[in-house]
Amino acid sequence: MSMMPTSRDDVVIRLSGVARTYKVGVESIHALKGVDLELRRNEYVAIMGPSGSGKSTLMNILGCLDRCTSGTYELDGRDTTRLSSAGLARVRNAQIGFVFQAFELLPRLNAIKNVELPLIYAGGEGWLNRKARARETLTKVGLGERMKHRPNQLSGGEKQRVAIARALVNRPSILLADEPTGNLDTRTSLDIMALFEQLHQEGQTIIMVTHEDDIAHHAKRIVRMRDGRIVADELTGSNRQIATVAPAT
Amino acid sequence: MLRLLTAPLVLTVLVMQSIRLALGQIWANKTRSALTTIGIVIGVASVTAVIASLTGLKAKVLKDFETLGTNKIYVNPDWPREGRFRNFNWRVIRFRPEQFDGLLERCPSISNFTMMTNRSKKVSYGIHSIDNARISGINPSWHEIENRSVILGRPFTLMDEENGWQVCLITPAVRDELRLDLDCIGKRIIIDRRSYRIVGVVETRVESGMFGQMGDSKEVFIPFPTAWRLWDPWMYIIAACRKPELSQEAQAELKFFLRQTRHLQPDDPDTFRMDVIEEYLKQFNTMAATMTAIAGGVVGISLLVGGVGIMNIMLVSVSERTREIGLRKAVGARPSAILLQFLVESVVLCLFGGLMGIGIGQGLTTLISKIPNAHFLSMAYIPLWAIGISFGFAGSVGVFFGMFPAIKAARLDPIEALRHE
Ligand SMILES: Nc1ncnc2c1ncn2[C@@H]1O[C@H](COP(=O)(O)OP(=O)(O)O)[C@@H](O)[C@H]1O
Ligand SMILES: [Mg+2]
Repeated sequence: MSMMPTSRDDVVIRLSGVARTYKVGVESIHALKGVDLELRRNEYVAIMGPSGSGKSTLMNILGCLDRCTSGTYELDGRDTTRLSSAGLARVRNAQIGFVFQAFELLPRLNAIKNVELPLIYAGGEGWLNRKARARETLTKVGLGERMKHRPNQLSGGEKQRVAIARALVNRPSILLADEPTGNLDTRTSLDIMALFEQLHQEGQTIIMVTHEDDIAHHAKRIVRMRDGRIVADELTGSNRQIATVAPAT
Repeated sequence: MLRLLTAPLVLTVLVMQSIRLALGQIWANKTRSALTTIGIVIGVASVTAVIASLTGLKAKVLKDFETLGTNKIYVNPDWPREGRFRNFNWRVIRFRPEQFDGLLERCPSISNFTMMTNRSKKVSYGIHSIDNARISGINPSWHEIENRSVILGRPFTLMDEENGWQVCLITPAVRDELRLDLDCIGKRIIIDRRSYRIVGVVETRVESGMFGQMGDSKEVFIPFPTAWRLWDPWMYIIAACRKPELSQEAQAELKFFLRQTRHLQPDDPDTFRMDVIEEYLKQFNTMAATMTAIAGGVVGISLLVGGVGIMNIMLVSVSERTREIGLRKAVGARPSAILLQFLVESVVLCLFGGLMGIGIGQGLTTLISKIPNAHFLSMAYIPLWAIGISFGFAGSVGVFFGMFPAIKAARLDPIEALRHE
C-alpha cells in the first residue's frame, strides 16, 4: 500500500502471514507471529527491535536457511515454501548473500578461497570464472591486497569485508546481514556502513539487522519488531518525505 | 544450459577440492590419522604379505614341477576301498618286476619307465659313515627319466642289471661325507654289510623346495634287480609319456596293462594308483585358494575393526566441523555436496591407510623372502592385482563406514550447525 507507484516486477521479497514456532520440549515458542513484508529492488532496510523480538528468526527465513511454520515467502516472484532442502540450497547459492555477525570464515582457507566458496557449488558461468569473480569482488570491498591472507591474519573489519565479498560473489538478489557490526568497534562499523552505502548506490538490495540506532539510520527504511511482530515500518531522514508506509497489522 | 554443461566439471572440481581438503585434514591431524588407520594398515599389510607368500610359494612350486617334469606318471600299488583286495596283505598288493614285462610294447604312449624302490640305510667307508642315506634301486632308464647327469664315471647299464653286479652311483654329498677322494670311481663302500663298487657320481637333485625330503642330497643308487634280490621290497614305477599331452592316453594304457598283468577280474577295482604332477598342481591350487580365502577372512575382520575406527573418527570430524558444514550449507552446498565431501575424506583416509599397509606389506614380504631355511618363500612378491584389491578394499571400507557420518553431516540443519560451538 505504498504510495510510490510500483510494478509487480519490482518486488523482490513478499512475506505474507509468516509465522515460526519453535518446539522446545512440550513448550511452543512463537518467535514470529504472522509477519507481512514487501521489499522492492534496491531497497536498503534495517530491521530493529529488542533482543528476542524475532529479528534473527526472520532473517533466517528470508535467507532460506530456515522455513516458516505457516505463511508464504516469495523471493523474486517464486514461492520458496515448497522447495526441497536441495532446492533451498540452490536458492541460497544463487539469490542470497548472507553476512553473519561472527563472520563465519573457514579458518584454513585464505581470503580468496573463502570468497570462492559459493561459486564452487554454483555451476554455470560463475563457476567457470570463479577465480576472477572472487578477485574482482574482493577488490570491490577494498581487500585487493589481502587475497592470500588467512582469516587469522586479518582484522575484524577485514574479516567482515571478506564475508561480504563472499556474500556478493554470486551476485545475489538480496544481501542479508544479521548484526554485521555486532563484533566490530565503532570506527570499523562505520567503514562497513560506508561499504553498504556504496553497494546500495550500485543497486544492491540490502536487509540488515541491528539494534544500534546510528547504524540503522544508514538504511533508507527501518522495520521495527517486537515480540514476533512488525510494529513500525518507516522511511528514514530525507526519504521520509518521499513515501509513507502502511503500519503493521 | 551452461549449468547443465558444467555439471560434470563441477562434480570433478568438488571431488578434487574434497580430496585436497581431506589431505589437509589428515596432515593437520597426523597422529590421529595414523592411529585411526592402524586397523586398515594392519589389515592391508597382512593381506599383501600373505598373498605375496602364497604367490611366491606358487611360483616356486610351478618351477619345481617344471624340473620334476610334467610328463611323468607315478604308479604305486594301492588298496582299493572295497572288494576282495581291501584287506589283503601288502605282499599280495605290492608290485613285482615281472608284472611290467612287455610294458613298453603294450603301452605305445609311454616312452620309458623305471622301477623304483627306496630305503634308508647306513652307508660307510672306512671309519666314516652316514646313518640315513637314501638308497634307491633304479633301472638304467632312470637317468633319462629323471634327467640327472653323471658328472664322473658312468651311468648304469643293462650289463649291471644282467650280471647282478654290486655297483653303485653316489651323489657328491655322499662322497664328501664319507671323505672319499674327489675321484672315487672304483672305491668300495659298505651298505648293509655288503660292499658296492662306485661306478659314477650323479649330480645333486635340483633343489626342489617343499617336495624334497630332509637329507635328500645324500643319495646312493644301486641296480634295481640287486635291490629286489636283497631286500624283497615295496616298489613303484615312474613312467614317462612321449608328450605331456599324451598323459591321459598313457594312463589308460597303463591301467589296461596293469589290470591284465595283475589278473584283476572285470568287477575288481584297481589295486594301484596313478599320480601325475598336474594332479598335485591342481591340489596345490585348491590349497592355495583355501589359504587365500582364510587369509581374506582374517583380513576382512581386521578391516571391519579398522572401519569402525574410521567411522568413529569421521563422526568426530563431523562434530568438530559442524560450523564449517553449516557455513557451506548457508552459501549453497547441497546435502549431496556435503555427503560427497565427507565420503571422499573417509575414502582418502582409508586409501592412505591402504598405502601405508602396502608399504609395510612390502617390507614384510622382503623379510619373509629372506627367512633362512625357508627356500620355498624366497620368490615371495606382491602381485599387482593384490595391490589393486588392497586399495579396492580400503576404498570400500571408506565408503561403507564413512557413509553414516557423511549422511549425518549432510542432514545437519544449517542454522543449528552454525549455532554449534
Ligand atoms: N532454535 C531455537 N529454539 C527455540 N527457541 C528459539 C530458537 N531460536 C530462537 N528462539 C527464540 O525465538 C525468539 C526470537 O529469537 P531471535 O529471532 O533470535 O531474536 P533476535 O534475533 O531478535 O534477538 C526468542 O525468544 C528465542 O529464544
Ligand atoms: Mg539475533
